[in-house]
Amino acid sequence: MGADGGRRADVAITDGVVTAVAERLDVDPGTKILDAGGCVVSPGLVDLHAHLRQPGGEEAETVESAARAAALGGYTAIVAMPNTDPPIDSAAVVHEVLSLGRGAMADVAVAGAITVGRAGDQLAPMAEMADAGVRIFTDDGAGVQDGGLMRRALDYAGGLRARGQKVVLAQHCEDTLLAAGGVMHEGEWSSRLGLPGIPSAAEEAMVARDIALVRQTGVPVHFLHLSTAGAVELVRRAKSEGLAVTAEVAPHHLVLTDQAVAGYDPSYRVNPPLRTFADVLAVRAGVADGTIDAVATDHAPHSPEVKDVPFDMAPPGMLGLETALAVTLTALTRHRGSGSAPGGGEMPDAPGRLGGTGIVLDAGEGAVLDVGAVLALLTARPASIAGLGDCHGGPLVVGAVANICVVDPTATWTVDPTGLASLSRNTPYAGWTLTGRVRHTVLRGEPVVLDSEAQR
Amino acid sequence: MISTADPVSAAPETTSTERHLLSVADLGRSGIAEVLDVAEAFAEVERRSMPKVPTLRGRVVATLFFEESTRTRLSFETAAKRLSADVLSLAVGTSSVKKGESLRDTIETVEAMGIDALIVRHRSSGACHQVARWARRAHVVNAGDGWHEHPSQALLDCFTLRQVWAERAGVPPASMGIDCFDGKRILIVGDIRHSRVARSQVLAYDALGASVSIAGPGSLLPPSLAGWPVTVEPDLDDALTRVDVVSLLRIQAERGSGAFVPSLREYTEHWGLTSRRASRLAPGAVVTHPGPMLRGVEVAGEVADLPSMLATRQVTNGVAVRMAILFLLLGAPGTDPRAARPVPEGVRVAVGSDRG
Repeated sequence: MGADGGRRADVAITDGVVTAVAERLDVDPGTKILDAGGCVVSPGLVDLHAHLRQPGGEEAETVESAARAAALGGYTAIVAMPNTDPPIDSAAVVHEVLSLGRGAMADVAVAGAITVGRAGDQLAPMAEMADAGVRIFTDDGAGVQDGGLMRRALDYAGGLRARGQKVVLAQHCEDTLLAAGGVMHEGEWSSRLGLPGIPSAAEEAMVARDIALVRQTGVPVHFLHLSTAGAVELVRRAKSEGLAVTAEVAPHHLVLTDQAVAGYDPSYRVNPPLRTFADVLAVRAGVADGTIDAVATDHAPHSPEVKDVPFDMAPPGMLGLETALAVTLTALTRHRGSGSAPGGGEMPDAPGRLGGTGIVLDAGEGAVLDVGAVLALLTARPASIAGLGDCHGGPLVVGAVANICVVDPTATWTVDPTGLASLSRNTPYAGWTLTGRVRHTVLRGEPVVLDSEAQR
Repeated sequence: MISTADPVSAAPETTSTERHLLSVADLGRSGIAEVLDVAEAFAEVERRSMPKVPTLRGRVVATLFFEESTRTRLSFETAAKRLSADVLSLAVGTSSVKKGESLRDTIETVEAMGIDALIVRHRSSGACHQVARWARRAHVVNAGDGWHEHPSQALLDCFTLRQVWAERAGVPPASMGIDCFDGKRILIVGDIRHSRVARSQVLAYDALGASVSIAGPGSLLPPSLAGWPVTVEPDLDDALTRVDVVSLLRIQAERGSGAFVPSLREYTEHWGLTSRRASRLAPGAVVTHPGPMLRGVEVAGEVADLPSMLATRQVTNGVAVRMAILFLLLGAPGTDPRAARPVPEGVRVAVGSDRG
């Protein structure tokens, strides 16, 4: 199955390349056969947005452990975000992370910082990083606050594009003055819980500014992890205007609302914050109508020591690589096995009493997609945005590099944090039963995951 | 409890429906009524020449205040001592917290010493919820968490109001039941946005059937009032003429709320309970203030000294109310707290027996 739809077929792989796709292939004796009965054979998934924590945060994750988690989640390529320590703001650090990724269980691409130290003051050496292979630049973790600096970055990136390096600037849209120290979505729940809120306007103001800058410069911007109805609508209008913008959404913004914070469990602290039910529906609608191009994990590991603290003192972020496909399939497709999440048990405080849990799991709450459309959000479209389309994202045709994910779209499984390959445990989905399971992952012809087990 | 259970060997079981007091919502209307009635009995104890009962002898109560406090901490410690509990007090400034010990490790260390109740104040909203998740056996009492809640303050406010209304009616407060709040009009004025007292008061007053309204500068109201059983009074001068109770809140400069208004002078001019404004109050209306009071800012000095200002009485009542909270959480294992009497006939007042 690819972005263009699917058909029933066997896929032959030789020396890391797809050599035949046909309804019934004859096999030579001695050929290794992967059973894909009842499954969808998809291009390997591509994640535009993963925090690998290396260098500098190896207690939470390493490139190796993140790539293992990625392979188990069906990914064959992940883009490493630059908010490491030191940050990825020079060719030297780009090379270091790329070399850490060599031999990992998924291909590792690197995003470089837009500004030195991600401090928002001075342009980072984007040309030298582009020469080292970087195609996405972002200060993710923070947005570029200074509109003048962002404009210069776009002009500079435009110059790189003119010489054939198809770079894109990716923005974490949050006006820090409007966010003003907030730790969750500003609204009903932040007001009840007495937690400082991040208003939707903090995201939307920067989306609107950057759309104006795209209109001004003609240089594309990719919007990271959009979370508000207003931001989705701004991107929808920009696209209808023909502007060069793309956007992603994180799985948790498809299935969780700010009400999940009601028990003050730091597992639900994330940035952008979990928004309202109306925002969840709007984001899903944006996915359905093509406003949103990709689902990206925002995989953000944190060790238990830093996460098991009062809510406002915990760093924002959730694991995502091993659950993204299943969460997205459960949320957006109709399926026989329905997903479920533990109700009051996980959040014993306010939600039980006030009704609801902040979990919007089932498809049918708004948009419903078919499995192929969901896979396109996780394969072809992110591969294209990341400049990885040569080797990743399909289509699975003769001659394609054999990066493949075999997924059983109806298998159900229950998320057990202790069973995750990530070095961290900060998943918000503990105990959730999800529909859609990765059976095999093939990286350049090598089966790195077989029957849902990592092979190395 | 008192007659049969041995307070030394008795396991600290849940005596009320909730093991902890994290929010006024943990109590509900009947729970609040229970606290007020038990507190009445303890207020009687306080009037004795030896205001002490052996109820919690052998129990250990720890106060863990990670944020400054005068009255709340002293009030809880006094309450625990009058119940004959042993009291440990963690001085955060000189503790391992300063060495970088995590809150969780601090809680687990303190609890490992056999603590029965952890009374916690913390600058983070929800910190007590986390402590309750970590605590293996201790009861957790929220003594103020960030902007979220301050349940014991709201309870002592309720207690004080009922006491005043009972005095006017010439009846014992407990005989008024809880219905005396029905239809009462209570106006909370000031920095609602950053106030844990306001959040607890709204829950308590609403649960008791009062009609709650709020007033304050737009920048100090919560960003959303969805789900809040309150109305907003846009005109303070007008609202003051129509209420039975005014609950004043402090401008919390230490929480940055100073930047939410142009100046304290402007705040006082438009939202302070000045003498002029106080004269608009209906006859019989009373004013509460959780303290510490900033005279000349949210309340004029001469208004603070009026008999209708209940602040000092609130402080006095805080001890009895906190005794009730501790009793209901820690006392009377295996008995229905509704039936239990904290100071039944025949209980010896433990003169001279206390060494804790």
